[in-house]
Order: sequence, then C-alpha cells, then structure tokens
Amino acid sequence: MLKIDRRLILNFDWGLLAAAVLVIACGLMTVLSATHVPGRLMSGLFTRQLIWATMGMIGLLAAISFDYHWLERYAYFIYAAAVLLLIMTAVLGASGGGARRWIALGPVTIQASEFAKLALVLALARHLHRHVGEHPLALRSVGVSVLLFAPAALLILKQPDLGTAVALGIMVAGLLLLAGLRLRLVVLLAAVLIPAAPLVWHHLKPYQQRRVMTFIDPNADPLGAGYHIIQSKIAIGSGMLDGKGFLHGTQNRLNFLPEQHTDFIFSVFAEEWGFLGGATLVALYLLLMLRCLSVAMRARDTFGMLLAFGITVMIFGQVLVNIGMATGSLPVVGITLPFFSYGGSSLLASMIAIGLLLNISMRRFTFASSGLS
Amino acid sequence: MVPLSQREVPGVLRQRVMVAIGVGVLCFTLLLARLWTLQILHGEEMRILSENNRIRLHRVQATRGTVLDRFGRVLVDSRPSFDGVLVPEDAKDIPTAVENLAQLLGQSAADMHGLLTQMSSRPPFEGITIKRDLSWEEMVALETHQLDLPGVSLQMTSRRSYPLEERLAHILGYVGEASQQDLLLDPRNRLGDLIGKVGLEKRLERYLRGVDGGQQVEVDAVGRKLRVLREVEEAPGDTVTITIDRDLQEAAWQAMGDHDGSVVALDPNTGEILALVNRPSYDPNVFARGIRRGEWRALVTDKRHPLNNRAIQGQYPPGSTFKIIVATAALEEGVVNPFTRIHCPGGVQFGNHYFRCWRKEGHGSVNLHQALVQSCDVFFYQVAQRLGIDTIARYARLYGLGAPTGIDLEHEKPGTIPDTAWKRRRFNQPWYAGETLSVGIGQGYVTATPLQMANVISMAAVGKRFRPHYVKDIATPDRTIVRTGTPELVETLKVRDTTLMQVREGLRDVVNAPNGTGKQARLDGILAAGKTGTSQVVKMGEKRVKSSQLPWQERDHAWFVTYAPVDAPEIAVVTLVEHAEGGGGAVAAPIARQVMQTYFDLKKAREGAKYAQN
Repeated sequence: MLKIDRRLILNFDWGLLAAAVLVIACGLMTVLSATHVPGRLMSGLFTRQLIWATMGMIGLLAAISFDYHWLERYAYFIYAAAVLLLIMTAVLGASGGGARRWIALGPVTIQASEFAKLALVLALARHLHRHVGEHPLALRSVGVSVLLFAPAALLILKQPDLGTAVALGIMVAGLLLLAGLRLRLVVLLAAVLIPAAPLVWHHLKPYQQRRVMTFIDPNADPLGAGYHIIQSKIAIGSGMLDGKGFLHGTQNRLNFLPEQHTDFIFSVFAEEWGFLGGATLVALYLLLMLRCLSVAMRARDTFGMLLAFGITVMIFGQVLVNIGMATGSLPVVGITLPFFSYGGSSLLASMIAIGLLLNISMRRFTFASSGLS
Repeated sequence: MVPLSQREVPGVLRQRVMVAIGVGVLCFTLLLARLWTLQILHGEEMRILSENNRIRLHRVQATRGTVLDRFGRVLVDSRPSFDGVLVPEDAKDIPTAVENLAQLLGQSAADMHGLLTQMSSRPPFEGITIKRDLSWEEMVALETHQLDLPGVSLQMTSRRSYPLEERLAHILGYVGEASQQDLLLDPRNRLGDLIGKVGLEKRLERYLRGVDGGQQVEVDAVGRKLRVLREVEEAPGDTVTITIDRDLQEAAWQAMGDHDGSVVALDPNTGEILALVNRPSYDPNVFARGIRRGEWRALVTDKRHPLNNRAIQGQYPPGSTFKIIVATAALEEGVVNPFTRIHCPGGVQFGNHYFRCWRKEGHGSVNLHQALVQSCDVFFYQVAQRLGIDTIARYARLYGLGAPTGIDLEHEKPGTIPDTAWKRRRFNQPWYAGETLSVGIGQGYVTATPLQMANVISMAAVGKRFRPHYVKDIATPDRTIVRTGTPELVETLKVRDTTLMQVREGLRDVVNAPNGTGKQARLDGILAAGKTGTSQVVKMGEKRVKSSQLPWQERDHAWFVTYAPVDAPEIAVVTLVEHAEGGGGAVAAPIARQVMQTYFDLKKAREGAKYAQN
C-alpha cells in the first residue's frame, strides 16, 4: 500500500494545484488588507487565516492520499455525520450576529455547513452513479436526491444562512442536470411551482414579504442591502484601471463596506488592484474552473465524474454568485468567495475539495490496487 | 480490496460536461464585462463618488410618541427643531471651522474642541451635533455663512416638550443623549440620539421611539446634500395615554405650595394613579434641550434633592397613619374588642423609658374608636405590646409595606417593616419589647414610601390592593391599541367584615367627629375618611416640643391619608409634607382636602357638561 504507483505522480494535475494556490495567496493578501489596522503589520484575523491555510494544505494532502473509491462506501456515513454536526450547531452553537452557524470545538469554531456541502456532494454522487445512463433519471432517483438534500438544506436555512442553502441548491440542480432529467419532469415542476408562488406570498407576514422583496430588489432596502450594493459598486468602480494600491482602498479603509473580509472581499481586492487585478483574478478563477471540469470530463468512472462535477459546480456557483453580488449584478445573498473570504472552515473545506479533485484526476488510469473491478 | 463497482461513464455525461464548460465560460465572460463597465467605463465617476464618501446615509430619527392624560390632553409632545451638525471629515481645516462656528453661535471655541475630542471614537463621516435647537438668528447665521463653514449643516430633528414642566416631572422622566452604554444595549441607538433616560420615557422607550427612517443622499466635496437618491419614511412612535388627570395634577401641585414632600392620588378600585406630585421638582425641558454641565451639577448637589421621586423613593416613618394597620391587627387577633378601654394618663412607663402620648394631658379612658379618632398613642402602645412585633409585621406586609409596590418606575424603595428576624439579620441583636411600642405608633424602624401608604389607605377603603400603575393604553399611529393598563389585584385583606367596618368607622370620624384630628380634611357634600400622622425625625426628647419651634431639618414630617366617598370609595389621596411647621392634621390634611375637593368638583363639572350635551 505504501508503494506509490509511478503513474499517480505522472498524472498529478500540477496546473490545478498551482491555480488553487495562487488564488489562495491572493485571498490571504486581501484578508490582510481588509482586516488591516493602521500601525500593525498583521491583524489577528490574518494570522488565523494563515493558520487555517496551513491546515488546509494538510487537509488537501490527506484528501489525495487514498483511493477516492473508498469514499463511495462511506459516503452516507459521512453525510449522516455532517447532518448530526448541523443539528449540534442548531442546539448548542455559538451565535454571531443573530445566527447560529458555528460550533466550538476546543479553541476553534467550526462552521458545520461548509463541511456539509462536501458531504452532500459525496452522498449524491454515491446515490446517482448507479442510476445514470444514456436515459434520463428515473423519477424515484430524483426523489431520493431531493430527500438527501432536504435535511442539510433545511438545517442551514434555519440558522439562517440563505447563501449556503442557495449554494447547495445550485449544486443539486447541477448534478441532476448532469445526470439527466426528463423534460416532462421539468415542465411538471414548473407547472406546480409557478401557480403556487402567489398563494405562498399571500400567507407570508408583511415583514417576511419585505425581506423577500429586498432579496429580489435590494433597492427596496435603501438603508441596508441597497446601500451596501452601492458602496460595493463604488469601491470596485473607483479602482479604475490599476487600482488604488495595496492597503490604500479608501472605501475599505473607512469601513463603508459591509462584511468586507467575508462577503464583500472581492470589492476590496478590485478597489486596490483595479481592473487589471480584478480581471486577472476572474481569469484565474476561470482557469481553475476549467481544470476542475476537465477532471470531471476525464474521470475514469461515473462516481468520480459526478463527485468532481458536483464539487466544481459547488465552488464556482459560489464564485459567480459572490462576484455577481459584489458587482451589483445579482441579489445580495450572504455567500463567501471560495479560497478568498475570511473563514477557516470555508478555506479548509475548499482545499479538501481541491484535494479530492486531484485524487480523482491522478487515479484516472489506475485500477483498484486489489480486488475486482 | 476495493469491491465497488466502477462503472464506465456514459458518453452522454461527457457531452453534458462540455455544455457546462460552455455555460461556465459564458458566465465568467459576463463578469469580466461587468468589471469593464464598472471600472473602465464608469471608473471616473465612481472614483469621484468614493472620495469623501459622496453617497451617505442620513438617518432620520423617528418622531417620539405623544403622551396624553386620561382625558386625552397633551402631557408630552414633540416639536420640530434644527440642530447644527459638523462632519469633521468634510471640514478640512477643523480649527478654523470651529473658530468660525464658535463665533457665530456665541460659544467658546474651547468647549467645542472638547466636544470634538469627546466624539473622536465615532464612525467616520458621522456628524457631530454642535448645538441643539438653534434659534432663528443662529440658523440664518449658519445658512448665510455656508461658504465659510465647510462640513456644517442643519439637521431637522424633533424636540421633546413637556408643557407641564416641573409639575409632572417624576412620572414622565426625561430624554437625554444616548451614552456609550446605551449604544451597546440597543444597536438602534446612535451617538447623539435622544432616548428615554428616566421614568415613563425610559420604561416605555420601545413604544415611544418609533422606527427610524433614512435617506440615501449624494453630497458634494464639503458634505452638503446635493440630492436625495432614495428614502425610507420614518414611522412615529406610539401614543401613550396615562391615567393621570392633568387638572388634578395641577391642583395637587398648587396645593403643596412651597412645602417639600409628595402627594399621590389613586383610584383604590384599580390602582390607577390620578396624580403624583413631588416637591421640589425639576423641569424635563432642560434635559430635552441638552442640559448644561452647571445645571446638572446644581440639580445633583441640591440639598433638597429635586431629582428624587419622593413618592416611591422617599422612606419616611409613617407615624400615626400606621395605626390603621395596628387597629386592624388588634381587632382581628382579638387582643381588644370595640369595648376594650385603656386609660391614657399622657404616657406610659416601660422598663426605664417613659413613652409619651402626643397629648401630654392624656386622653383619659379610650376605646379603639376614640383612640383612632384622637390618635391616642398610649392606647396603641398597649395594643402593640399585646400583639407582639411579628404579628404587627405580618399585617403591615399584608397592607403592602416592606416591599416595593411594583409600579413600573425604576429605583422604587421597599421601606422597612422590622420584626425579630429582621433585627437579627440587620443588627445581629434580639428584638427588645420596648421597640414594639414605638412600632405601634409607626415610629422606630418602620418606614414607608408615600405610594405604599396610598396602598394602605386604599386597602382600608376597599379591602383590596392593586398594583399602582399609570399606563391607560398605548396606541400605534393608526390607532391600534397595543397595550392596555388592566387592574392587577395584588392582595385581598382577608379579615372579618366587622374588623374592617370598625376601622373604617374610626377613619370616618377622624375627619368628621368634632374632636377628630383630621377635621380640616372635611369635604363639601361628600363624606371622607382618613388618618393623620406626625412622625418624628429625631428621637423624642424629655418633653415634646412643638414642631414649629425646632430647626427646619429636625422638624416632624406631616402625613395625611384619606379616601372618599366613605360608602363607595373612588379616590384615595396621600399627602406627605417633609419637616412641616405643624402636624398631619394642621399641614397635610388641608392639602389632601384641596386635592379631594378638586377631584369631586371636576367630576361634577364633567357630569354637568355631559348632561348639558344630552
């Protein structure tokens, strides 16, 4: 077992790893700027993020050290454990800003939902890979997928963390579309859901209606989300071509940007580095996405493909929604920018995800070291 | 050893991944285009907007709710006022700006600099209120010198006004600027906000404050508003109707004259407070406009303590008004019956101490009725001795003494009802029998607040005790009632009917018998009942001297507790005069009478008006 197959090293996707490391480095730099306190070299938050990145590297290496087919066997257990962690968060979690999203494990706080995302991809890949074929999915399989999705999604919505729940939804939709949905089913769902919407709307309380309205149109809340969007757009736009320079973003420095080191970190980066920096970062993410999708494309078996694709949709769905929100192209949902935003659990989970992709990629030509196939 | 089926990937899946690649590339291209638009096409204007934070939020503090009296007359109102506001980031040259401002507003530049350093921890670009409630001349000065005053603007806010001024200060309380601590307690508070600090203003803050609105505005390089981009209307606070009768409150204030002390009038059937006056008092309008340091110091250091709400915070020995409780206990416990007579020679020897009656010639042989009417001390010394301290304490607590009444105001005091356990706890000493005698006439360790005594007389009047309250109802601006002040029964006096009847007869004759101590409280056409009290501030000397002969701070307190009409009580009044120049009958009873008489006159006038309307 310790004998390392030469092909594993030959097939290692160095480009994927390099792109990921590059994005993470940019992210660390921006966290430093977003949490910068004049007169001090490094903020406490930056140091913490650095430690998490190191742990993420260990997690990444761990995630490539074994044959990913093992995960198929344990997928449901892992998912059950993740849901349990979410329940624990709901019961005894620490609340920050009115939401219960974190759970304390010794000196660190863990955001269980970040790991639940990965676990759900595993569970869905495990379930779907036996049922996909040249024909669309059976209705039963779609039903089971939704049932798998429901507990995690509901627990996360309850926290409340709309952003992560939306990311989960995008991922499930992506995987189901990949596996193949019957056109009839899509039409049927639309026929049921669209007439139901006004009915549900009627039963919402006024403040709930307002919240939904703000979600759809941030200008409906000009003193809250609407203001944040404007400030974020000003921050990005005022970066112009070459930016205001590292640590010199005025919008950021004066604390006008809400959640500047998490949800709106892209604005900090684009303000300081301008279009040149912003475009480079977007291109870097694009490159990373293409590498990830090529892993899915070339995966040796269906489980690996579904796993790789699910992870990719999860990560880049978030990237698109986050940057779309910061640039004022999409509604404001509290969603982090993977590899970039401050947040240990998010970084660790994302790096483990990259490890899994590398794992799938490097084992595309090997067969199980023993047993049958 | 991996026994899992490794299925070949169906070809159609690879095709779908190709589609996904296409969709992904498209999305990222759109993002790039969006960045181009923002940073290259609109970069210039965005850069300008980002300098000096040109897009700002101006908060509009909601208009505070109005407070009305029980008949809908205004007790607290809000009126528009203009404040001068400085945003230091916009001022560029702060020393010059401060210099100019100080000159225009006639304030010292040093004070203003002090204000600036005080506010140094505020968020960037948040304005500092330089001066509240500017006069017309000051506003004109600021407007005409706009060009010399970058960063200075006028801000419209609402100012609290209290038309009754000092006459109702202690229930209403006042508003003041939110402190650092207030900011932590409620995230809606901002520096400079006027929020309820004391009294009703504080207790009902969540109803009165309303919901703040705001404007998203674009400003120019020196912070002046160019245009309003978007706006959220403020929602004014709720209207609070309280149980106070404005006319009765005025009458009580007038009746007190220049005396220090307290008058409380309430409805014994509900606990609704009809009037609550403390003297001396303060003017809440001074706080609303921003109290100056000197004014505050003067209020705090004033020896007469105008900020004190004596009605709930002043703890005074109740004196002979306490005899209501001792009489109830004596009859109910059977230590005397209505025919038991005790001889009063003007005092009684107990141990090595001689306890005097207030009337040094003595009352001769008296029964309980006569002892109440003439307030004979010797009778109650004897009765107290027979009852014992713990029984007296039990009845006192039943009447609501020794514990806060639970009125919705802060820092209410509980008073003291001593018993053997209390003495051990407090002094680690046994109770001495001689001390029971002093308690029997409401002296010694016994203390009570005027509001507690209002509870006592209410309970004597109707046999029940309600939690004193002042909220009648609270209504939103669209007139939906969100809270009503319902009577809350706290205690029922579980004694024989005859006991209460005999006590009430005594109280009736205190006012109405020719030799009653409270005959100055007699009303026109309405039968009232009551009890006088004169409580010593300093320990009795060898012989009792007239209060008026003592130095002011050693003079007795004068009490009068009363209710009317006797057969269907609808109002109870308590009067306490600190350091009076005479006893309860001479000083406190006339004040109570004036309040009572006003109440019934007003009632008659209202009924007459109603009759005339019909």
